[in-house]
Amino acid sequence: MEWASQLCENRGLGSKMTDSKYFTTTKKGEIFELKAELNSDKKEKKKEAVKKVIASMTVGKDVSALFPDVVNCMQTDNLELKKLVYLYLMNYAKSQPDMAIMAVNTFVKDCEDPNPLIRALAVRTMGCIRVDKITEYLCEPLRKCLKDEDPYVRKTAAVCVAKLHDINAQLVEDQGFLDTLKDLISDSNPMVVANAVAALSEIAESHPNSNLLDLNPQTINKLLTALNECTEWGQIFILDCLANYTPRDDRESQSICERVTPRLSHANSAVVLSAVKVLMKFMEMLPKDLDYYGTLLKKLAPPLVTLLSAEPELQYVALRNINLIVQKRPEILKHEMKVFFVKYNDPIYVKLEKLDIMIRLASQANIAQVLAELKEYATEVDVDFVRKAVRAIGRCAIKVEQSAERCVSTLLDLIQTKVNYVVQEAIVVIKDIFRKYPNKYESVIATLCENLDSLDEPEARAAMIWIVGEYAERIDNADELLESFLEGFHDESTQVQLQLLTAIVKLFLKKPTETQELVQQVLSLATQDSDNPDLRDRGYIYWRLLSTDPVAAKEVVLAEKPLISEETDLIEPTLLDELICHIGTLASVYHKPPSAFVEGGRGVQHKRLPARAGSGESAESPDVGQAVSAVSDAPPAVIPSQGDLLGDLLNLDLAPPTSNVPPVPSSMQMGAMDLLGGGLDSLMGDESETSASHYRTEVQSPQPPECSERELGGDVGGSPAMGVSLGGAPVGMPAGLGAAPAVGGGLGDLFDLGGGVGVTAGSYIPPKTVWLPAMKAKGLEISGTFARRSGVIHMDLSFTNKAMSVMTDFAIQFNKNSFGLAPAGPLQVLTPLSPNQTVDVSLPLSTTGPVMKMEPLNNLQVAVKNNIDVFYFSCQYPISLLFVEDGKMDRQVFLATWKDIPSENEAQFQIKDCHLNSDAASNKLQGSNIFTVAKRTVDTQDMLYQSVKLTNGIWMLAELRIQTGNPNSTDLELSVKCRAPEVSQYVYQCYELILRN
Amino acid sequence: MIGGLFIYNHKGEVLISRVYRDDIGRNAVDAFRVNVIHARQQVRSPVTNIARTSFFHVKRSNIWLAAVTKQNVNAAMVFEFLYKMCDVMTAYFGKISEENIKNNFVLIYELLDEILDFGYPQNSETGALKTFITQQGIKSQHHTKEEQSQITSQVTGQIGWRREGIKYRRNELFLDVLESVNLLMSPQGQVLSAHVSGRVVMKSYLSGMPECKFGMNDKIVIDKQGKGGTTDEAGKSELGGSSGKQSIAIDDCTFHQCVRLSKFDSERSISFIPPDGEYELMRYRTTKDIILPFRVIPLVREVGRTKLEVKVVIKSNFKPSLLAQKIEVRIPTPLNTSGVQVICMKGKAKYKASENAIVWKIKRMAGMKESQISAEIELLPTNDKKKWARPPISMNFEVPFAPSGLKVRYLKVFEPKLNYSDHDVIKWVRYIGRSGIYETRC
Repeated sequence: MEWASQLCENRGLGSKMTDSKYFTTTKKGEIFELKAELNSDKKEKKKEAVKKVIASMTVGKDVSALFPDVVNCMQTDNLELKKLVYLYLMNYAKSQPDMAIMAVNTFVKDCEDPNPLIRALAVRTMGCIRVDKITEYLCEPLRKCLKDEDPYVRKTAAVCVAKLHDINAQLVEDQGFLDTLKDLISDSNPMVVANAVAALSEIAESHPNSNLLDLNPQTINKLLTALNECTEWGQIFILDCLANYTPRDDRESQSICERVTPRLSHANSAVVLSAVKVLMKFMEMLPKDLDYYGTLLKKLAPPLVTLLSAEPELQYVALRNINLIVQKRPEILKHEMKVFFVKYNDPIYVKLEKLDIMIRLASQANIAQVLAELKEYATEVDVDFVRKAVRAIGRCAIKVEQSAERCVSTLLDLIQTKVNYVVQEAIVVIKDIFRKYPNKYESVIATLCENLDSLDEPEARAAMIWIVGEYAERIDNADELLESFLEGFHDESTQVQLQLLTAIVKLFLKKPTETQELVQQVLSLATQDSDNPDLRDRGYIYWRLLSTDPVAAKEVVLAEKPLISEETDLIEPTLLDELICHIGTLASVYHKPPSAFVEGGRGVQHKRLPARAGSGESAESPDVGQAVSAVSDAPPAVIPSQGDLLGDLLNLDLAPPTSNVPPVPSSMQMGAMDLLGGGLDSLMGDESETSASHYRTEVQSPQPPECSERELGGDVGGSPAMGVSLGGAPVGMPAGLGAAPAVGGGLGDLFDLGGGVGVTAGSYIPPKTVWLPAMKAKGLEISGTFARRSGVIHMDLSFTNKAMSVMTDFAIQFNKNSFGLAPAGPLQVLTPLSPNQTVDVSLPLSTTGPVMKMEPLNNLQVAVKNNIDVFYFSCQYPISLLFVEDGKMDRQVFLATWKDIPSENEAQFQIKDCHLNSDAASNKLQGSNIFTVAKRTVDTQDMLYQSVKLTNGIWMLAELRIQTGNPNSTDLELSVKCRAPEVSQYVYQCYELILRN
Repeated sequence: MIGGLFIYNHKGEVLISRVYRDDIGRNAVDAFRVNVIHARQQVRSPVTNIARTSFFHVKRSNIWLAAVTKQNVNAAMVFEFLYKMCDVMTAYFGKISEENIKNNFVLIYELLDEILDFGYPQNSETGALKTFITQQGIKSQHHTKEEQSQITSQVTGQIGWRREGIKYRRNELFLDVLESVNLLMSPQGQVLSAHVSGRVVMKSYLSGMPECKFGMNDKIVIDKQGKGGTTDEAGKSELGGSSGKQSIAIDDCTFHQCVRLSKFDSERSISFIPPDGEYELMRYRTTKDIILPFRVIPLVREVGRTKLEVKVVIKSNFKPSLLAQKIEVRIPTPLNTSGVQVICMKGKAKYKASENAIVWKIKRMAGMKESQISAEIELLPTNDKKKWARPPISMNFEVPFAPSGLKVRYLKVFEPKLNYSDHDVIKWVRYIGRSGIYETRC
């Protein structure tokens, strides 16, 4: 309020009347004084007093005590005074509902005034008074005003319906105002149409399922006609409303587009952006080979570029939207890189957004220019901007291979500047460049090492440590460098600690002789002196690995790394599509769906892009797909086709599972299992074999973790780690280790142990079926099923002796099969099987056997031998057997992988009549290692994004759509994407099986 | 839609507060002050979300205008509205300053009531508003019934920007082609980016409801005419000079509300009924064949750690008969500059320590001339590791031609109801090319 008083001198300034003097009402007793003035007979004095009241109100002073006196001034023919009183009423009516009634009469009277301006003023103000009692009185005048002869009154009344609806929705419906409002869409005056559209759109938002707007070709035509004639704001309302319409076919879509494109030349940026929204949305429906489609794409670029010459705030909104458009349709702006170059005096928020778009548009064609620019930016003042620019240089290197060399040398130049944050940022990106192009740029390591001391940010330190560890063999003093970091181990952030641990283990594996002490030190720091569970767990895993099987450790720790993504911060495709439907709005500025920032249910329903007409593909975007590259660590070709499918079982190459990596450390020796040869009997009796499988059972049975781990520890022994109690923490798979792809053999078992213990047996096990009828097998009946328990695949078999003689000497062997299933141990039918006796056996299986593609894929040919004969049968296993426990994909990776898998690899299925909701389905599926990575709710649909990993490392991504809104539609839709699309239908079968049971 | 609109002074005190929606409370006023105005360094976006409430702000001198909402509003519209609001206020009481706002707070409330209804922007054309929202306030009640309906039909009508019954003794119009030429050049003289953003501003003093048609040397139109053989002889070079390029390629253009966009889209003809007085008819952007009026050739040499030698040559590149004015070259100097000696052939040059730059001003310079400045900059030794960023050398100037090459070919006026013809209208055309961001890196 102080500022109000300093303008006192204006009071006496003579003829030119100013209003600032009214801000001088702070003195005590002012309210009393004002009261007197308000009740004065003189009109001028009254008006002065009301002005003072409004001024007090503005600065937040409570002048509600004057309510009756102000309302008394309402009955006046002075329009200015009336407006001021109305303003006061709108502010305070809610706090004084009883007295507000006093105003009703005047309102009703004003609604009949011959002057249309006054009628409109009354109806406009009345709608803003949120008092129930007044609302009732409002209905009649409003009804009249909606049909008023003057368009100015009608356009005001149209908005008033929305106001009233906000106060009392039921009343509006009961009074039939909605129908009147709908009629106004056909009004002759364009502004009335625009306001009616705005009001209806708003009301429709709170009734998502009502067909309130009832957009049909006729109304659309009316709207398009009004579009040419109404004010810029009206055009925005109409375009935003049009964007909610879904044309019936591509021809209608095209004709709307044709009538909307002229708006792209409007001076008002919001009109342009709303038109862009309509076009971007309806374009989805146009066939791509249509000439018009190409024309439209060309027409979109210039107006988007023009938006960049608007005021900075609008530029910001435009850039945020362009960011979305570039992701959705990169072809529109691919030649416009230059306009996104940063200007020296752009506001920082514009600079940062431009930089983002520059990276997205960078390609081989323009990379030289982009790099030159980025180099300039890296010398600017603003720290955030400089960092982002440096990071962008790294992104360019990763995105455009041809530029990598130049990028690296640019980064080295920047490191030479010794500007602390530039150096750190450069090191972080160089790490990624090393990842992307291994064995190419390691010559720069020496330069990087020079800057070790200046790194004070965790991310940069971690990156540097990673580099030292990764290239330990090329850095002579790697051990010294890492040791220097180790000194302050406990002061480092977790990120750095984890990286340091891994780096030293890498170093040890590369130079075991000199670094034993160092690795001991870091392991004990990580496991004994740290209370961070991640760090401890990772420490233990390394320790265990190193002490059990250094070869395996090497395979895990120094495994080949998955490719890193070329694109960063990509928006998930369904969210992107939704945001495209929200172009121009806040959602597109925040890059978040409205539900993320809007309270309540208003306007948060999800929007979807229309599907392209005449093609089965959903709202996918192949263009973006091309721009994105692989992030998957799944090998593309997995199932080698090996010659003749119908190999004679007798000629089977019965290679033992040991031929790969031994499943369990050396203590276990599996002999070659020659089913048909004479070695079988001796094998059965083999001491080591039995003990090995005994050991196996112990590991696999779901015992408390400490127990089994100690067991393991005791077994392998010999390392200090084994003396340490594990404290019951189940050994999970820390993220860092997860980077190692497809852990095979013994390591697989090690992790299965960890994973298996944690997972409760929730998977569906189909009942046993007869695989080998007695008739065909000389009295031996075999029925069986498959199950996955604690991460180990079991074949549960029942042997029934239906013959008259005792059966002994059982053995089993598999033909080569698609996923390399093989018995992990011999068949344990230890006692002879008497006639009519049944014995249940559970045979653990490994997936390290020989691989051959079968038809169907999940076919398994089995040979069983007993003392009587050899019998052959085939059975099919549910593919869910092969879903491993670490099949939960990281969200980001999921997103990138999904995009990366070409859409022809996508298979669609329907699961009919399934009554599960998304949570139940998700839980059920999780039991079988189908993991829900993310869930989104769109309209009345829940979408579950799920990942599955097979034992052979194939990833399968699925989107499961569950209707939630309509209890009658119980069909689920399943889309499966996989690099090996032949697996998809088996996955679908599993979904069916699991969800139905 | 917009839930509320607040205007603050630089200290964050509220000058105007108008709430349109129930979901916006008084605390929103304080939230913006605390989180944005008082923390302006940290806020790096014109859109801020505080406790699920979104604030859009623009600043005019030291006045903050903020629009508040809790819904998913059309963000572009909100900013366009805020700019419009500023235009309307400027049209009513001049500069947007704390004093003017306080002096006109009743008027501002009245305007806000009119141009924003329940948060939906309504007709905000000043021409229309001024007919019924007046600073006198009382005038409105003296309107006759006809006048009233005329007001309302204008506010809601198709031609909301012009009222009927305007009369001038002398029908006259002024066209200003105002261009700002933008350049970013590498130290080696390579054009990194260049574009012209131009505006055609029209001042019209025409009676009645005149129908206008505007023509320029737009490549698309000229080519089309050339092909069709129906060259509009009457219109050709009626107004513009005949020199320069035949036609120019316009990358994109936008038009004032009054221009019939669908007609432009289909025929590329610009036809409209103009508002009365001054307004911006169109904006356009060109990137091809731009005439760069000046070239800046910089030479910076670091002599040891404490001295810098700078030599800058500027060359004017247009017809010798034309004169450029208000030429200013700004050569940035490092922060640790201790002293500067400047020698220039023409104009005046001064080192301005507060702006960290040498400012070289030349009043006039003809085309095809060259001028040079050299400076020795003494530096204080510093242990600051960070290198000097070397901001680009920027230039300001004004030239009497359009760097894009745009020429006005005709502006025809038809007013069938009143008895004046196109020939009776006095027309003036002026071309002004100004520097936008005209920078050369050094």
